[in-house]
Amino acid sequence: MNHVLALGAAQHCGSNSHVLSGCGYPSPSIQDFYFRPLFSIGDFHFDKPMLLVLLTTMIVVGFFWAAFRKPQLVPRGIQNIGELGILFVRDQILRPQLGKKGDNWLPFLCGLFFFIWVNNIFGIIPILYFPATSRFAYPAVLTAMVWILYMGIGIWKQGPIGYLKSLAVPAGAPWWILPLLAPIDFLSNVFIRPFTLSIRLWANMLAGHVLLLVFALATWYLLTWSYELVFSAASFVVLVALTGLELLIQLLQAFIFTILTAFYISGAYEPAH
Amino acid sequence: MQLAMHLHHLLYVAAGSPPGYVNNVYQLHIVNLGALAYGLAAIGPGVGIGIIFGKFMESIARQPEAQGRLTGFLWIGFALTEALALIGIAVYYFLK
Repeated sequence: MNHVLALGAAQHCGSNSHVLSGCGYPSPSIQDFYFRPLFSIGDFHFDKPMLLVLLTTMIVVGFFWAAFRKPQLVPRGIQNIGELGILFVRDQILRPQLGKKGDNWLPFLCGLFFFIWVNNIFGIIPILYFPATSRFAYPAVLTAMVWILYMGIGIWKQGPIGYLKSLAVPAGAPWWILPLLAPIDFLSNVFIRPFTLSIRLWANMLAGHVLLLVFALATWYLLTWSYELVFSAASFVVLVALTGLELLIQLLQAFIFTILTAFYISGAYEPAH
Repeated sequence: MQLAMHLHHLLYVAAGSPPGYVNNVYQLHIVNLGALAYGLAAIGPGVGIGIIFGKFMESIARQPEAQGRLTGFLWIGFALTEALALIGIAVYYFLK
C-alpha cells in the first residue's frame, strides 16, 4: 500500500527521484568493508584490500628505489622529493624521540610512515576509494611488530627484571603508592599501548571511510531533477569538505603511529628518566 | 542470564526469525545501544580536545615565538585524545 502511494507520489511530482521510489537510503554498514574475492586459490581469497596493500608496497618501494638509486651529494630530480620525505621522518619523528644515535631506525620508521600514509591516502583516490588500514588486520599486524620490537629490545637491553621495573614504576612516584600504581602502569604499558595504537589508526580510517560513504550515498540518493537538487548539491559540498578533512587525518594518523613507535622504542632502550 | 539470552537468540535465529524480532541482542526496541555508546563516548574527548586547542591558542597569545615547538605537541595531543572517541565509533561496528 505504501509502495503504491509512493509510486503515485513520484509520478505526481513528475520527478525520477530515489527518495520517493520506496527504496530506502542505502546506509553504509559493516558489509561495505567486506569485498568479494577477485580470485581464489582453494581457501585463500584475494580481495580488494589485499590488492591495495600490494599496490602500496610497490609504490613506496618503487618511489624510494627510484629516488635513491644513484644518490648525488647535490640532489637532482626525484631525489629532492625522496629527501624531503626522509628528512621529515628523521627530523620530526626520529630525532626528538631517539636522538642522533637512533639513526639506525630510520629505514624502519620511514617505511612504516609511508606505508601507513599511502594506504590511508587510497581512501580518497578515485577508482581505489578504500583505505586498506580500515581493515583491522593491517593495523593489528603493524602494532604486533611494534610490540614485539619494544618488548624485545627492552628485555634485551635492560634485562627482564630491569624492564619490568621500568614498565611498572613510573619515574618519581613515591614508594607508598606503588602497590596501587604498579599493576595499573604495567597493564597500561604492556596491554593498553598496543590496543590503543592499533585501534587509533583503525578507527580513524573506518570512521573517515564511513563518513565519506554517508555523504556520497546521500548525494546519489537525493538526486532528483527538480529544485530539490539543492539538497544533493549541499551533500556534495560536504563530501568535498570531508575529503579535505580526511587528507589531514590520514597524514596525522600515519605521523602519530610512527612517532609513538619511536617513543616506545626509546622507552625500551633506557628507562624513562 | 547472559547464557540464557544467547541461547534464546540462537534458537530464534536457527528457527528463522519471527516477524518483529530484532535480530541482534544488542538492540533494544527503542534505541540502538551502539549509537548510544558512541554518543556517551564522545563527551569526554570533546571536552579534552577543546582544552588542548584552547590551551594552544592561549599559550601562543602569551608567547608567539613558541608556536613552532608547540604545534608538534598539539597534533600529538589531539590524536591521542581523539582515539578514545573513535574507539566509541568502532564499538558500533563491534556490536553489529
